[in-house]
Amino acid sequence: MSFLKKIKQKLTGQSDSVTSKFKSGLTKTRNSVASKVNNLVKRYRKVDEEFFEELEDILIGADVGVTTVMDIVERLKDEARTRNIKDTEALREVIAEVLADMLTKSEEETSLKMNENGLTVYLFVGVNGVGKTTTIGKLANRFKNEGKKVLLAAGDTFRAGAIEQLEIWGERAGVDVIKHQEGSDPAAVVFDAVAAAKSRGVDILICDTAGRLQNKVNLMKELEKVKRVISRELPDAPHEVLLALDATTGQNALSQAKTFGEATDVTGIVLTKLDGTAKGGIVFAIRNELDLPVKLVTLGEGIDDIQPFDADAFVYGLFGDMLEDAGDSEAEEV
Amino acid sequence: MAFENLADRLQATFKKIRGKGKVSEADVKEMTREIRLALLEADVNFKVVKDFINRVKERAIGQEVLKSLTPGQQVIKVVQDELTELMGGEQSKITLASKPPTVIMLVGLQGAGKTTTTGKLANYLRKQYNKNPLLVAADVYRPAAIKQLQTLGKQLSMPVFSLGEQANPVDIAKQGLEQAKADHNDVVFIDTAGRLHIDENMMEELQNIEAAIKPDEIFLVVDAMTGQDAVNVAENFSERLDLTGVVLTKLDGDTRGGAALSVKAVTGKPIKFAATGEKLDALEPFYPDRMASRILGMGDVLTLIEKAQQDIDEEKAKDMEKKMRTASFTFDDFLEQIGQVRKMGPLDELLSMMPGANKLKGMKNIQIDDKQIGQVEAIIRSMTPQEKEDPELINASRRRRIANGSGTSIQDVNRLLKQFKEMKKMMKQMMGGGKGKKKKSPFNLPFM
Repeated sequence: MSFLKKIKQKLTGQSDSVTSKFKSGLTKTRNSVASKVNNLVKRYRKVDEEFFEELEDILIGADVGVTTVMDIVERLKDEARTRNIKDTEALREVIAEVLADMLTKSEEETSLKMNENGLTVYLFVGVNGVGKTTTIGKLANRFKNEGKKVLLAAGDTFRAGAIEQLEIWGERAGVDVIKHQEGSDPAAVVFDAVAAAKSRGVDILICDTAGRLQNKVNLMKELEKVKRVISRELPDAPHEVLLALDATTGQNALSQAKTFGEATDVTGIVLTKLDGTAKGGIVFAIRNELDLPVKLVTLGEGIDDIQPFDADAFVYGLFGDMLEDAGDSEAEEV
Repeated sequence: MAFENLADRLQATFKKIRGKGKVSEADVKEMTREIRLALLEADVNFKVVKDFINRVKERAIGQEVLKSLTPGQQVIKVVQDELTELMGGEQSKITLASKPPTVIMLVGLQGAGKTTTTGKLANYLRKQYNKNPLLVAADVYRPAAIKQLQTLGKQLSMPVFSLGEQANPVDIAKQGLEQAKADHNDVVFIDTAGRLHIDENMMEELQNIEAAIKPDEIFLVVDAMTGQDAVNVAENFSERLDLTGVVLTKLDGDTRGGAALSVKAVTGKPIKFAATGEKLDALEPFYPDRMASRILGMGDVLTLIEKAQQDIDEEKAKDMEKKMRTASFTFDDFLEQIGQVRKMGPLDELLSMMPGANKLKGMKNIQIDDKQIGQVEAIIRSMTPQEKEDPELINASRRRRIANGSGTSIQDVNRLLKQFKEMKKMMKQMMGGGKGKKKKSPFNLPFM
């Protein structure tokens, strides 16, 4: 059975909300990547150097990044050689296979870590404007609906209106928010929040932080301190440090993942704004070069528009049409 | 990250070439490959890169480069010229209406920085053009967006117009404009909600606002870290609205900002401003030539010099420049300069603008933040006048004394002495070491 069919079968078994969310969210992405690859396959019958060059462009156009694209194309060339694939039609499957394999290469869980006996703490970090506060609102709502007791910490004490923004999300989700005044020390907010979470018997505490560019040394130090305070107040916490990453971001995302990773031991990526036309291809690069897993994706402005990351669904979202197109004699062109 | 800047890459290529008598077709191919990779790494859209490379190739293969004695320098120049031209050639100014108020509308994706930019632009117009702006809060969707603008208004002591979150953004814009006329505000800023360029309804809303208030400027606010998708975003906004310019935000990050090139190539509209920091005065006019240097990874000496001119005492600066040029720069001067520099903004920001700053071994791992500067000041103040004049005097026992006196460790003192030495060396390089060279390119590339 072909690789994509296998994924499809696996996914049809699931409640389809996951697949359809990914599919609708990734429509634009799918259109561009999958249809481009299809188009390419149609124009080149034979697998040759030019074919690979154009494939490189398609992947670079999806923000996968030069280094990783080179790696991917190398692997494809190897596969083509060893499996003796000369026909581009046959290689199409391999492309999807190699990409999916890249995102799932290590077996560790992509789901969020939970502290089974007691308080779980998540810390959100990232540059300005990627959607940390919004994502926290959505995540809080999700946990709340699962029957968990959730508390939020308004650790962005810098940006104007950030505390109010988190409070509004707190109201929407029906969870409490621990806050200080604008301009106060975020470490102090987090300190209070951990104490409050303990005394109130909270299941999950989610800490917001101010967006900061990763090259601002003093701001990164501040973040280290925030994390240190959490760990001091609750050993093993934070259980996840999540780097929010805007799917429209280009190669700078690598620098973000690297620097935030050094400062706070990031454990996973939250890929936001995947409902745009951006392809989020940078997650391949981040996986390839830094081996950080994507744990969550957000795909819209609604409070429900958040999903656990599923590499199969992601790749299916990207390449699902290729499977369907393969059966049609005339594939739709976009 | 993975790659060094274009200058470094080309340098490696040219090392090979220099040994040869002439430059072959294959060499040119390798050169253009390096340029292509550098631009892609900088997030310039791959289609834009393709066109660009073709143009550079034409000129590079032309005699002007290959027959030159310094092909490296020539290629960089060709690339930079072409980049600058593509980016819009000259700096483009803000359009003010002949009959006030001037209406400026800001649009863009979520999280690009529209609201913050609104505050910065308003501040800029008040400072530079003596304007009296009104800020209109037309983002009724994002929680607390209005509150954010109001807080900025408070910080700037500027009026903010809002009708709450239930009102229609078109009405808000219209009434805001009326309010400005009544209150004699000569500039009106309309801060709109972030939206996806493919969101039909939301894009229509922008068109309705445009039709209702006929802005003098519509700025597309673009995050400098945007990747390949910048092209789609710019295309969509530009098709729907009569954009007049672009504001590039978060340029104080370490991104190369190739999106600038993509956006310009797609919209044909000038990039008018660049936002470069968290403070409300961190906004500057956009200089295409400097951005070209940045995308190529060649630093931004001109901005640095300009910053210095803006904030540093004119006479002292001249004096300082002379000292830098002749390398007769002492710790006293350094102390003096720290005071001046502190007015200019975070040091690491300044440092990142110096070409070659990342190449000097001693400089590579220095991360200066403002707290450390206090320490540096303390160390220098603990030196004797003789020591400040001639750091070579400072031996082990003097170091110990200085460390004790300043409450720091000997390692700190050592580090500063080393940095100071490197800095002097760099100044010498940057300033070309003599008067005659002053007009020459400040980029000190090894193959020049």
